[in-house]
Amino acid sequence: MANVLVFIDNPGDALKKSSLELLTAGRALGETAVAVNGDVHPAVSAAFAEYGVTAVFQPSAADLDDYLVAPKAAYLAAAAAAAGASTVLLDNSPEGKEIAARLGIRLNAGVITDVVGVDADGTAHKSVLAGSYTTAAKATTPVSVLTLKANSITPEPASAATAPESSIVEVPDDGTATAARITSREQKVASGRPDLTDARIVVAGGRGLDGDFGPVEELADALGAAVGASRAATDAGWISHDAQVGQTGKTVSPQLYISAGISGAIQQKAGMQTAKVIVAINKDAESPVFEIADFGIIGDLFDVLPQATEEIKKRKG
Amino acid sequence: MKIIVLVKHVPDAQFDRHLNGEGYTTDRDESILSELDEYALEAALQLAEARGGAKAGNQVIALSMGPAGAVNAVKKSLQMGATEGVHLTDSALAGSDAAATSLALAAAIRHVGGVDLVLTGMASTDGETSLVPAQLAERLGLPQVTFASSLTVDGGRLTARRDADTYSETVEAPLPAVVSVTDQINEPRYPNFKGIIAAKRKSITTLSLADIGVDPAQVGRSGSWTTVTTAAERPPRTAGTIITDEGDAGIKLVDFLAAQKLL
Ligand SMILES: Cc1cc2nc3c(=O)[nH]c(=O)nc-3n(C[C@H](O)[C@H](O)[C@H](O)COP(=O)(O)OP(=O)(O)OC[C@H]3O[C@@H](n4cnc5c(N)ncnc54)[C@H](O)[C@@H]3O)c2cc1C
Ligand SMILES: Nc1ncnc2c1ncn2[C@@H]1O[C@H](COP(=O)(O)O)[C@@H](O)[C@H]1O
Repeated sequence: MANVLVFIDNPGDALKKSSLELLTAGRALGETAVAVNGDVHPAVSAAFAEYGVTAVFQPSAADLDDYLVAPKAAYLAAAAAAAGASTVLLDNSPEGKEIAARLGIRLNAGVITDVVGVDADGTAHKSVLAGSYTTAAKATTPVSVLTLKANSITPEPASAATAPESSIVEVPDDGTATAARITSREQKVASGRPDLTDARIVVAGGRGLDGDFGPVEELADALGAAVGASRAATDAGWISHDAQVGQTGKTVSPQLYISAGISGAIQQKAGMQTAKVIVAINKDAESPVFEIADFGIIGDLFDVLPQATEEIKKRKG
Repeated sequence: MKIIVLVKHVPDAQFDRHLNGEGYTTDRDESILSELDEYALEAALQLAEARGGAKAGNQVIALSMGPAGAVNAVKKSLQMGATEGVHLTDSALAGSDAAATSLALAAAIRHVGGVDLVLTGMASTDGETSLVPAQLAERLGLPQVTFASSLTVDGGRLTARRDADTYSETVEAPLPAVVSVTDQINEPRYPNFKGIIAAKRKSITTLSLADIGVDPAQVGRSGSWTTVTTAAERPPRTAGTIITDEGDAGIKLVDFLAAQKLL
């Protein structure tokens, strides 16, 4: 069977769902080793065993987080060699994709991003051109590097637990020699709402909110949803840029996307048209968003959203 | 300062876009300069202008790799204010993936030589992979700063801001470096009449693979490390039920969610 290497960056106290998805996808392809950066807590070790991981690698250097991706790619290339991996799996975050990019050059390996499923023969499935095509792609090289989108597969523990062996991988110096250095970092305050990229429900607002995200946030909280926005709303400073959905923001594929006061420009659609169900509220019947809505309401969002929020609260008791 | 800006000629997203032919490459009729590369060009022009512009010897070179039509992305860049253009074109390049594209672009950048900064867009609006800038940096052995939302250069070093979901950070790197910029960094200018006239006198160098010393077998569909095996157009979303609010649309919305088991 083939060997697979999964990269998990700073797992923290417990593995995220997206990491469990990577481990599950890896196991379907072959024997799975993990390359970790950062501390491995006992709960994380336990999850590795439960998900059938056979080996765990850690870097010889503790300062990989001080640089932009290059040393991580160098470390991962060394780990891939140690594992004899023919497939390397990473998450599809901007950083995951960049590490994958550089790793691909180091390993002479084809890189495929935005993957939503992998077949046993390594064929990767993804959608392209803003969700208008679904394609299958394959690396033609001995090693392939794939970045897997969150929420693409259901995490499943292995049928039998393993006792993974740990070892240290020497990080080649050429990774840090030319890397950009991170000189300061400020944490942002967490919203307490679900993460936009893997939320089951997203409620998004646009210019129609006219500066007041209250009605969108209240509906989102009643539904346990994440809050999204159009670029018009983030550019106006009504909400943080992190909330932007679209070509230059986040791509989301939730079960439900509620769009309020958003016209539905092509760049906005690029980030949300693979949602399972789309609901749109807009007072202009001609808005392009109605072309893709499963349920559209021509009306004023300041009437419709609060009424819906009240009704949900009533039904949920 | 000598800055290369990478500009890609991409199908206009305002029209339907299609994948065609062997290898499912994008149909390039109705193509334009990738909107996201205009931010890189604007960033380059601002850096050059702050140093006295072309008169003071600052160069902003727009480089595009692509078929004959890609020269239009270079021309538009010249109209916006780039000082010269380079069009890398060769029939053997057709169907190049990110690895092959970065190989050819790296060779073209070395061929131009003496570059202080390579600026790119955050992603191409057709490929949308964001792989090329990082691969280019790896191939050129240069520092990589991606997704910069601000950029300053001072005495051979650059400083940039980056925003992630849970943090913002400041990064520093020595020049030369490869930097990709986001659409938050600036507001790209429109070419004005003077710019359009001036562009006619600016030179565009056309390069082939032979000129930059790249073996055609390393690029194009056959030199790429990935291949597209199938592509199917997703059926367009069919419009669903559209209602007009008569005072109870919020309740009807909740009825719809309940029926879809989404509550
Ligand atoms: C390079 C580039 C990248 C971009 N990237 C993105 C991106 O990632 N994401 C993105 O979203 N956009 C992006 N855009 C911008 C995009 O083109 C649109 O300009 C933007 O999406 C418009 O936002 P909007 O729909 O909120 O505003 P508008 O287009 O102004 O629409 C507002 C809508 O609200 C409705 N409305 C107003 N008041 C009410 C009310 N009381 N009740 C109900 N409805 C009301 C109006 O009828 C209108 O349809 C990008 C543009 C460029 C050039
Ligand atoms: N064929 C090309 N010619 C010029 N620049 C390119 C080309 N392909 C990619 N780029 C640059 O690389 C950036 C990222 O592209 P991509 O990795 O394809 O998403 C773009 O914004 C361009 O600046």
